[in-house]
Amino acid sequence: MKKQSQTFNRDILVPALWRAVLKLDPRWMVRNPVMFVVEIGALLTLMLTIDPSIFGGLAASRIYNAVVTIILLLTVIFANFAEAVAEGRGRAQAAALRRVHKETQVKKLSQPKYRSKQELIASGELRKGDIFLVETGDTIPADGEVIEGTASVDESAITGESAPVIRESGGDRSAVTGGTRILSDWLIVKVTASPGEGFIERMIAMVESARRQKTPNEIALTALLAVLTLVFLLVCVTLVPFANFLKSPLDIATVIALLVCLIPTTIGALLSAIGIAGMDRLIQRNVIASSGRAVEAAGDVDVLLLDKTGTITLGNRQAVDFIPVGTASKCELAEAAQLASLADETPEGRSIVLLAKEMFGLRGDVDSFKEGSLHFVPFSAQTRMSGIDMEGNSIRKGASDAIIAYIDNQGKAVPVELNTILDTISHAGGTPLVVARNGEVLGVVHLKDIVKGGIKERFIEMRKMGIKTVMITGDNPLTAATIAAEAGVDDFMAQATPETKLKLIRDYQAGGRLVGMTGDGTNDAPALAQADVAVAMNTGTQPAREAANMIDLDSNPTKLIEIVEIGKQLLITRGAITTFSIANDVAKYFAIIPAMFIVLFGELRALNIMQLATPHSAILSAMIFNAIIIPILIPLALRGVTYRPSSAGKLLLRNIMIYGAGGVIAPFIGIKLIDLLIAPIIGGL
Amino acid sequence: MVIDILQWVIFWGVLLALVFPVGSYMAKVFTGGRTWFDPVMDPIDNFIYKLSGIDPKKQQRWPAYVKAMLIVNGVMFVLMFLVLELQTVLPLNPDHLGFVDPWLAFNTVSSFITNTNWQSYGGESTLSYFSQMFAIIFPMFTSAATGLACGMAFIRGLGGSVDMGNFYADLTRAITRIMLPIALVAGVVLVVLGVPSTFAGTQTVNTLNGPLAPAAVSPASQPSAEATSTPAPAPTATSQGQQNIARGLVAPLVSIKHAGTNGGGWFNANSSHPFENPNPITNMIENLLMALLPASLLYTLGIMLGRKKQAWIFFGVMAAFFLIFLVVAYAGEIQGNPLLTKVGVDSTQGNMEGKELRLGQGETALFVTSTTAFTTGSVDAMHDSLTPLASITPLSQMMLNMVFGGKGVGFINMIMFVILTVFLVGLMVGRTPEFLGKRIQVYEVKLASISFLMHPLLILGFMAITFALQLDLSSISNPGFHGLTQVLYAFTSASANNGSAFAGLNANTPWWNFSLGVVILLGRYISIVLMLALAGSLAAKKAVPVTSGTLQTDTGLFAGVLFVTIVIINLLSFFPALALGPLAEHFAMLAGKVF
Amino acid sequence: MLSSLRFSVILLIICGGFYPVLVTGIGQALFNYQANGSIIMGKDGKPIGSEHIAQAFDKDIYFQPRPSAAGPDGYDATQSGGSNLAPTNAKLISSVSDRVAAYRAKNGLAPNMPVPADAVTASGSGLDPDISPANAFLQVHRVATARNVPEQQVQAMVTQHIEGRTLGIFGEPRVNVLMLNLALDNMK
Repeated sequence: MKKQSQTFNRDILVPALWRAVLKLDPRWMVRNPVMFVVEIGALLTLMLTIDPSIFGGLAASRIYNAVVTIILLLTVIFANFAEAVAEGRGRAQAAALRRVHKETQVKKLSQPKYRSKQELIASGELRKGDIFLVETGDTIPADGEVIEGTASVDESAITGESAPVIRESGGDRSAVTGGTRILSDWLIVKVTASPGEGFIERMIAMVESARRQKTPNEIALTALLAVLTLVFLLVCVTLVPFANFLKSPLDIATVIALLVCLIPTTIGALLSAIGIAGMDRLIQRNVIASSGRAVEAAGDVDVLLLDKTGTITLGNRQAVDFIPVGTASKCELAEAAQLASLADETPEGRSIVLLAKEMFGLRGDVDSFKEGSLHFVPFSAQTRMSGIDMEGNSIRKGASDAIIAYIDNQGKAVPVELNTILDTISHAGGTPLVVARNGEVLGVVHLKDIVKGGIKERFIEMRKMGIKTVMITGDNPLTAATIAAEAGVDDFMAQATPETKLKLIRDYQAGGRLVGMTGDGTNDAPALAQADVAVAMNTGTQPAREAANMIDLDSNPTKLIEIVEIGKQLLITRGAITTFSIANDVAKYFAIIPAMFIVLFGELRALNIMQLATPHSAILSAMIFNAIIIPILIPLALRGVTYRPSSAGKLLLRNIMIYGAGGVIAPFIGIKLIDLLIAPIIGGL
Repeated sequence: MVIDILQWVIFWGVLLALVFPVGSYMAKVFTGGRTWFDPVMDPIDNFIYKLSGIDPKKQQRWPAYVKAMLIVNGVMFVLMFLVLELQTVLPLNPDHLGFVDPWLAFNTVSSFITNTNWQSYGGESTLSYFSQMFAIIFPMFTSAATGLACGMAFIRGLGGSVDMGNFYADLTRAITRIMLPIALVAGVVLVVLGVPSTFAGTQTVNTLNGPLAPAAVSPASQPSAEATSTPAPAPTATSQGQQNIARGLVAPLVSIKHAGTNGGGWFNANSSHPFENPNPITNMIENLLMALLPASLLYTLGIMLGRKKQAWIFFGVMAAFFLIFLVVAYAGEIQGNPLLTKVGVDSTQGNMEGKELRLGQGETALFVTSTTAFTTGSVDAMHDSLTPLASITPLSQMMLNMVFGGKGVGFINMIMFVILTVFLVGLMVGRTPEFLGKRIQVYEVKLASISFLMHPLLILGFMAITFALQLDLSSISNPGFHGLTQVLYAFTSASANNGSAFAGLNANTPWWNFSLGVVILLGRYISIVLMLALAGSLAAKKAVPVTSGTLQTDTGLFAGVLFVTIVIINLLSFFPALALGPLAEHFAMLAGKVF
Repeated sequence: MLSSLRFSVILLIICGGFYPVLVTGIGQALFNYQANGSIIMGKDGKPIGSEHIAQAFDKDIYFQPRPSAAGPDGYDATQSGGSNLAPTNAKLISSVSDRVAAYRAKNGLAPNMPVPADAVTASGSGLDPDISPANAFLQVHRVATARNVPEQQVQAMVTQHIEGRTLGIFGEPRVNVLMLNLALDNMK
């Protein structure tokens, strides 16, 4: 319902109507060959209205010519209106962005030092490579990379997320976006995109038809529509000498009416709106694409490379079981593990504390211990263990090899059964964490990756759509295989490195597949650049964001799947309305051809299968249907055809039935109804 | 009626039985496999290559292939033109036929080099035996082989090979391995069944009846002769009790005329002439001969692409059109002409004007359908005198130009429609449309749609010019709607490279010879070049693997969608012309109107 | 270019020369009658026509073939062709109407009796040698009267000359007019 109200918002509709009229400018119309033909037709009938015999031949009445002119003009205006409404929705969003993106003064630095010489310039003068300083309260003037400083930044203008985020130099959080605001501290930023090429500009460009680049499919479709228009032009123009030969001259207004009814005005009018609306749907999901081509490619993607962590599994492993060794009881192990994890703030650590509490009601009560008798040992890269020392007890937990080495060091023996347990857990795709107390192994904590709820169903849908899902993980093959099986992905890549990822993408591409992936780190950049559809997380590094052709402002790795669906929906909508538009023509022929010749050749009455009242009412009914179908289909063009993931065959059957068969039948009914309505009014026009 | 249907069933049964062996034989011929003719034909082939200095193994990409095709066709064009123009000084002219008008020669050469076989002339009264041999029978082989070669190059492109073969080798093999053997066997069989084959000239006989009584002479009205305006004609042989029976090398011509889907007859009356088609069996043989190669080619396509199911889907769509149009043709004729029924003609025989009694309505409807489906253009009944409803069959099939079609060219057109269909409806599965694993993008869509545009452009455009500028409109022999249909039929037949005619139209005038010749040439070469370029482009593309998200083009669903799309986009192009021609005439006829 | 010329000339010789000569050679050697046009010789050894080609008959003693549009007087075997008149052409309707009247008058039929279509429509080639059995039977009375022989005899002759469908399936039952007339002449 929310979208519905957005489509028909007064704030959008009223200016759109005005812009629809402004767009009648022929210099603008010539961009759309189909509608340009209609506009020329309107001009010709206008001339006929002024002087009905201006082109010789049979002269129709002034009023008839005037009515034809008005319907033709309305057809063009409806088309422009569709485009304007689509733009309007994007514009509303763009306007909000522009507000934060207004011209500001920028403190340009001569050197990347906080104290270096400052120069105040207008933000529009910033160029790529310039360095500037932003401090508390400043709006960041352009996209860039932080080269010094740490600051909290309000990015709500582009993400809609009100919580501030940290941006700092180095690492994965060094990218800043133009239009966002510094809440505290300062940053020194190097400009990575000149004004007009930044994020927000690109976003605005996607939803404004004047600046929008046509996508490859759209160009192909426009070419086909242009050829069809030529065919119909040929059909209509040649009809004049044919009719003259049969001594049944035609009036020019009717020939133009036939032409306009036949050329694919419906898709011609809505094509641009469909494209804009597709981009708009993407933006509504907080994804910014660098080009329409990328969105279209998303619909074609055959292989999705998905990072295990964050996309397929929840970010972290969780403890699921305690397995005691030797004489230790399960409860004893749980308690020791809990104590060792109390100071461990990692999600794994917290999950151990939680599991111990759930299984044995242990609370990890350390308050009773004396001050000083308690000493937490934090995790270190050297020891690869963490733990606690208290009252002579020394508890350690860590990766199996680290703990075994630790026990060996103390000259203690490792129980034989430990290896069996470790293997079992590994085979199950889990990660074992060994717990030892005073050099004695108590047992093993079974950590496990948790697959996100609902993800398996998504993968089943993907498979139906013919998309192969590949899980990418740094885990060992055993663990990876288990998770892959649990999540239901088609394939996986274990122990992935940036190089192997890149190679995988190239291999798939060599096999003719289009690859989509998400990434955030700098080392993802080569793979992102190679992938056909590459979505970078907004939280990602600047190199990653530059290598990608889409950026997800929500930084949600699962978004890739939605992007694919939006891409498909865009293509389907375009195809559906094209099919509908062409299927419509059959009925229009049966309305107009008999009407054109019925007066002289009564025998053609047999073709008037709709039993339309008079020749003029038949022609006008077909024209009116042709015009009003455009505004009727605007909501469909903007919302997109309902898309349910399924196989190509099922999709085709369903859409052919609705838009193909429906497209043949609908105008027969529509034209007949309009004829019933207008026949009494126009009478003997 | 039952017998007529039985004839059709037998025709289809025999044809289907032949499709498998002939289709796989042709696949062998064009993929370099061994065949039974090799021991005899290899030396001949090598002799041809050696003598002409051609390396048959040199692979050609599509531009080179097209260039070779155009040059060879151009050279043959000149040779044929010279043969016709020098007819009076060349040998083998027993009936001393005169000089061939250059416009007529241009039209005839254009027509025969392109496998069209439109004839603005009456064969027995215009061409010497030498001309029939070297300007008619010769191109009947080479034009068919050219189409076949281009079809093979196209298939290789679709199969993903940018090397499209060698035109010279393809042409040679098409002639020596396919055309010559079939034509030889069929030619001899036709002689046995009564088709003449002789170098002897016209045979003059004294008729049994003797001279006709002057009052008894009641000739059927001649279309162009205005009885009132011409002076009393000189006595004819007929009225004197004599008959001059034209003969010639009929059997070899009729044989290749059908095997090569050419269609041009030795005689003016074409396959309705008792010498070209003496009985119902020769009629069936000629029918099968013209269907044989185009139908089998689909099986060849299936084998060469390794996609037999896809080939059968195309076959099914084509066969569906064929059967529908066969029924239309038959239904139109079997009821007879109601206007004649009204003046006392028994309608049980159906419409007999322009028909041969021995062939019957069933086989004649089949021939009308076959000759325009397989783009042969020979006729065993006068199409001009078909009922308007029946005339929709030849017209529509020539407009579609893909109901099997001639050799090679038919399925090339089919693929053009497949590409348009895939693009139009394929978007509805939410992917960039694909065909045979290749993405259909801007370039392919442009080539296919321009290729589609050519047919209506040539037909409607030239019709409009003819009418608007009133060029030689006196050639139109039937008034009213039918006159429009005559012009429509002529340009459709020319553009589709069919060659059949509404023969009342006197096309032997400068404008008709020129315009039809031009339409024939453009209709042939533009679409071949565009579609070979398209195949070349597809070949160079990376193949996309098939997934469940791929639009499968070898399913019944796709066949249905393809069928409907072909109907709609052609209906949109040609409905007004059909409405003002045959449809209007049909309703006029039912209303009892005459013109 | 030169190789294309040589290539074309060789094919011209094979396809345009060698092939038709070969077929004709086989035909002339083995099937001489058919290969030369199935010409029928009279008792005097002179040719009187081709089995396959219709010739003009207007005498009442002869069965008459289908109307012909080949040549100004019809049946001209050097100018084959049909009338090419459209079904809605007034000329077709009037000439068929005339032929219907003439046929009824000649054969003494009732003025409203439907006439077989083949008897009053021009064939495609103008040389169609056959008429339908129905057409032939309607002419029996006239021919028998003119020849002054019993009708049954002529009737039997017609029945004997009916050629059925080939294999019972292909084509139409028909009577070859020239052969029938020849047989009638040879009867006595």
